Amino acid sequence: MNNCLISITDYSKEEILEVLKTAARFEECPNNHLLEGKVVASLFFEPSTRTRLSFETAISRMGGRIVGFADSSSTSTSKGESLKDTIKMVDNYCDLIVMRHPLEGAARFASEVASVPVINAGDGANQHPTQTMLDLYSIYKTQGRLDNLEIFMVGDLKYGRTVHSLLQAMSHFNPVFHFISPGELEMPATYKLFLDSLHIPYHEHRELDDVINSADILYMTRVQRERFADLLEYEKVKNVYVLHNSMLAGTKDNLRILHPLPRVNEINEDVDENKKAYYFDQARNGVYTRQAIIFKALNLTW
Amino acid sequence: MTAKKELLQVSAVENGTVIDHIPARKLFDVINVLGIASCDNTITFGNNLASNKLGKKAIIKISDRFLVDEEIDKLALVAPSAKINIICNFEVVEKKTVNVPKRVEGIARCVNPQCITNHQNVKTKFDVVGSAPIVLRCLYCEKLTDQEHIEIL
Repeated sequence: MNNCLISITDYSKEEILEVLKTAARFEECPNNHLLEGKVVASLFFEPSTRTRLSFETAISRMGGRIVGFADSSSTSTSKGESLKDTIKMVDNYCDLIVMRHPLEGAARFASEVASVPVINAGDGANQHPTQTMLDLYSIYKTQGRLDNLEIFMVGDLKYGRTVHSLLQAMSHFNPVFHFISPGELEMPATYKLFLDSLHIPYHEHRELDDVINSADILYMTRVQRERFADLLEYEKVKNVYVLHNSMLAGTKDNLRILHPLPRVNEINEDVDENKKAYYFDQARNGVYTRQAIIFKALNLTW
Repeated sequence: MTAKKELLQVSAVENGTVIDHIPARKLFDVINVLGIASCDNTITFGNNLASNKLGKKAIIKISDRFLVDEEIDKLALVAPSAKINIICNFEVVEKKTVNVPKRVEGIARCVNPQCITNHQNVKTKFDVVGSAPIVLRCLYCEKLTDQEHIEIL
């Protein structure tokens, strides 16, 4: 139970820093035998190719074996088996469970049922803590620190779970936040109240313009059509939150652009060649970060 | 004078429980959560009674029945302002205020339709993160359920 990672708030500030340090060590030495003789269950009740490949790469590079499934259509879940029964069964076979499930709270429930540690690889719109840790690692690596940064979040700030978790995690490090979104997709009140309670400053903007010149991190997200009740509204805003290379002219040298991917059109491809574009490196960092999270979950030692 | 009259009203049960200071529009919620509709005891209730504190209040008197802790927790969720009087021989022998518990298990439904507890046989668990009005935070999906949306199982 204690070594599970279900929600980013399960980690204290110290634990976050500890895992980032471990991740740096894995970046130097990703291929090792730390998981030799261990079996990890990779249970993807909902497909997520990107996250699954990242986890399975992390495990393979540590010499571990993987059992599991990539989507639940071929499992007894489709015959009506309860999550509890599936977890009880798998718990007998493996040393660690990595799971993605479409229902919110599924990972927490699994962690109560299982005797082995559980790592949440996404539970519906709720939490995706390993994404948050890789975002933090990317910030740490590119800025050399997590403290006192100006973080700009752009796009869908209402439904985007990655921005909510990143906001919670960064709240340990004295940040200044800027939220750039259409009114329909602005940061929910509950997170603004959370920042107020910690006296963390934040600014809201409607336009993606030279306001980004003070940014250290620009975290882009996708504005999805299906989030709008009024499609006219979507048509009005869909091109407003698109980043072009020309918009980066006045930005700081240390600025890095992050995106959880997949992107659609919110970052124009002309940005890709800019040294400030970091989203593909960000994805590679996911492997090291997940290795570090597994290392902690299983109480491994070097 | 009013207090005395009130006491008289409350004492009109020989042995049992009087639940007082229920907000008037919560009377039927309380009846539901305590399963009073299917209970064979003698029960009287009044609604829209004058109250200094609440404006209008409701009161329920149940003969020969005493509430257990789980029932008091349920009551706390729908009517945290309620007061419980235990009656023996027409006398109030104990007055209890309803305390909103810190943790609520298996009593209320999570408001989030995508929560695992609404799809599989998982007992609901909440931390009570606000007490006036009550706000519940689901331990599974982490979403908030506020007083207006609390549905008792």
